[in-house]
Amino acid sequence: MGWTRKDLLTMRELDAGEIVLLVDTAASLQEIATREIKKVPALRGKTVVNLFYEPSTRTRTSFEIAGKWLSADVVNFSASGSSTAKGESFVDTAKNIAAMSPDVVVVRHSSAGAAQLLARELPCSIVNAGDGAHEHPTQALLDLLTIREHKGHFDGLHVAIVGDITNSRVARSNIHGMRKLGMTVTVAGPPTLIPPFIQELGVKVSHRLEDAIRDVDVIMMLRLQHERMQNGLIPSLREYSRYWGLTLDKLARHARPDVLIMHPGPVNRGIELSPEVADGPYSVILDQVAKGVAVRMGVLLLLAGSKGGGDTP
Amino acid sequence: MSLLLKNGRVIDPANSVDAVQDLLIADGKIEKLGKNLAAPAGAEVVDARGKLVCPGFIDIHVHLREPGYEYKETVATGTRAAAAGGFTAVACMANTNPVNDNGAVTDYILARARVEGAVRVYPIGAVTKNLKGEELAELAELAEAGCVAFSDDGKCVMNAGLYRRALEYTLPFGVPVISHAEDATLCRGWAMNEGVVSTEIGLPGAPAAAEEVMVARDILLAELTGAHVHIAHLSTAGAVRLVRDGKARGVRVSAEVTPHHLVLTEEAVRTYDPNTKMAPPLRSKRDVEALIEGLADGTIDCVATDHAPHALSEKEGEFDRAAFGIVGLETAVPLLLDRLVRPGLLPLPTLVARLSHDPARLLNLPGGSLAPGAPADVTILDPERELTVDPAQFRSKSRNTPFGGFALTGGPWLTIVGGTVVRL
Repeated sequence: MGWTRKDLLTMRELDAGEIVLLVDTAASLQEIATREIKKVPALRGKTVVNLFYEPSTRTRTSFEIAGKWLSADVVNFSASGSSTAKGESFVDTAKNIAAMSPDVVVVRHSSAGAAQLLARELPCSIVNAGDGAHEHPTQALLDLLTIREHKGHFDGLHVAIVGDITNSRVARSNIHGMRKLGMTVTVAGPPTLIPPFIQELGVKVSHRLEDAIRDVDVIMMLRLQHERMQNGLIPSLREYSRYWGLTLDKLARHARPDVLIMHPGPVNRGIELSPEVADGPYSVILDQVAKGVAVRMGVLLLLAGSKGGGDTP
Repeated sequence: MSLLLKNGRVIDPANSVDAVQDLLIADGKIEKLGKNLAAPAGAEVVDARGKLVCPGFIDIHVHLREPGYEYKETVATGTRAAAAGGFTAVACMANTNPVNDNGAVTDYILARARVEGAVRVYPIGAVTKNLKGEELAELAELAEAGCVAFSDDGKCVMNAGLYRRALEYTLPFGVPVISHAEDATLCRGWAMNEGVVSTEIGLPGAPAAAEEVMVARDILLAELTGAHVHIAHLSTAGAVRLVRDGKARGVRVSAEVTPHHLVLTEEAVRTYDPNTKMAPPLRSKRDVEALIEGLADGTIDCVATDHAPHALSEKEGEFDRAAFGIVGLETAVPLLLDRLVRPGLLPLPTLVARLSHDPARLLNLPGGSLAPGAPADVTILDPERELTVDPAQFRSKSRNTPFGGFALTGGPWLTIVGGTVVRL
């Protein structure tokens, strides 16, 4: 099947076939990273704008490298030090950028719905690189690619997503993607970090790390934002890491020996993950980052290459 | 100067009238109701056959934005919107700039209304100075200047001790205190109802309990003080239950509901359209059902729009940064007729009462009745009028509505204030 969408906004709106197409496309592009000359002409003459309203190192760099390896012209626009500091609205800024005829705008914004808003307002393709606590589809896609490479398939796998689910766009995108691919998902964390009615998205809920990680194929640890403490959601980082931090000892006692440890980054070492786990044999965290470039190449290719003009590599 | 309305279906719930009759208006008052009335010499005669002749509709919860926010709305544009929507009187909230927390601001609003108001305007005074929730406003002076109620609407007076004193202090004035029931500590930074939709679309939610905690508190304070507390824009099933229980125990509590909380649910927010953002938020289907039931059985006393005009720049863009509130004056009556009366969820005479007699009763306003001698404020509806909501046609200065494009049957036909047809 082919790709027909103008934008990539959410995992929720994709069907299983579209998700597999995205993952397959990314998988086929991975070998570019191993070439001596990491460049294919697929998006020559195309322009990709990274419109980042939130600080981001890895995602922005990942999109930038992906665009450049595909020979697109990549422009980075970050909110600080630009017209937003002069009071220009988000939509106005985006319309101004659209007036310069980019082919793809990659947007990261702290407001849920920001990518949808741009998709309505702008004629070019929009990629959601994270909107508030809503979705982060390319992160879910790279997680899925990582899981498939290590486990060989999706169907029947059980994943535990652990931490601040309420504020996590990574969790939401992964829940939608994993459920559509036939995986079982358990979300786990203290009840203050689990959003109400999350079961209605088809997941199980656990309030004990030891239970959540038992017999799962994948453990995805989420980053704990330090400000959650000020908001009264957790008593202290110390207590959080004691009960929700993943250590080698807890893994050895409760998890399967072939479990994968994932984390969307950046890792709070010593809080949600002990350094031994982050760097340990179960961890595929750096593999996720590497696959991020392939996934973003695949997304850019399907969005900007499908309208004609771009060569396939 | 007299006006004869011929052969309309006159619905006057306060006087148990529902029959095809003629209504004669003279010198700004209702003169007579009856069959085959003869037109006095020089009377204007209006053929109201097929129309519904009702006591003038009163909206006790609007934001006219003047003084201070004239770019959103003015007394002139807001009252024209009211007249176009079938309302003959509005009560306007105190969150202007400066806040209506002293007699001079009340005087100013009333002066603007005299000069350019298309309908009657009743100011509501602030409970606390500058709506800060710290010190009582000059409540006696506000009452004397003509405020018909007190409210910090838009903000909840979080200090229960201070609110208790406000309820006590205003007792001698015989006017209610109107509560914006929202416990700020239970819903920091919220943008929509807390529920399955907020979880899915990643917007911070306000739980129903944030409203219900305050409704419960205010019912207890009404009981403690003997004051009349009116709860603005009730939006949850639990709040309906609390008000119903309070009334059953004889507490002086009353409540209103907005058309949008009767018609839309949180599902509408999935579009991230900032015109679905208001306080309180759109709730669940179960809440909507409870609100309709409460309105029908009288637990909820009246419908009020919470007409909250905002400029486009405040209602476009990111949902969580957009202003709270929508305009309501020009869509309320068609929505209620089409979505509640037409499907049989609410009897027409009940709706008429909830828009006329009941709000008049709550705020002790003249009006709400077509008895001889009453002020000749009359709303005439055309039950067959087909309309498609077009915000570009609004008389209001603002266009922030989620109802653009709605096709509705039934709406206002003629608005008469003090015996004079309002021509817009």
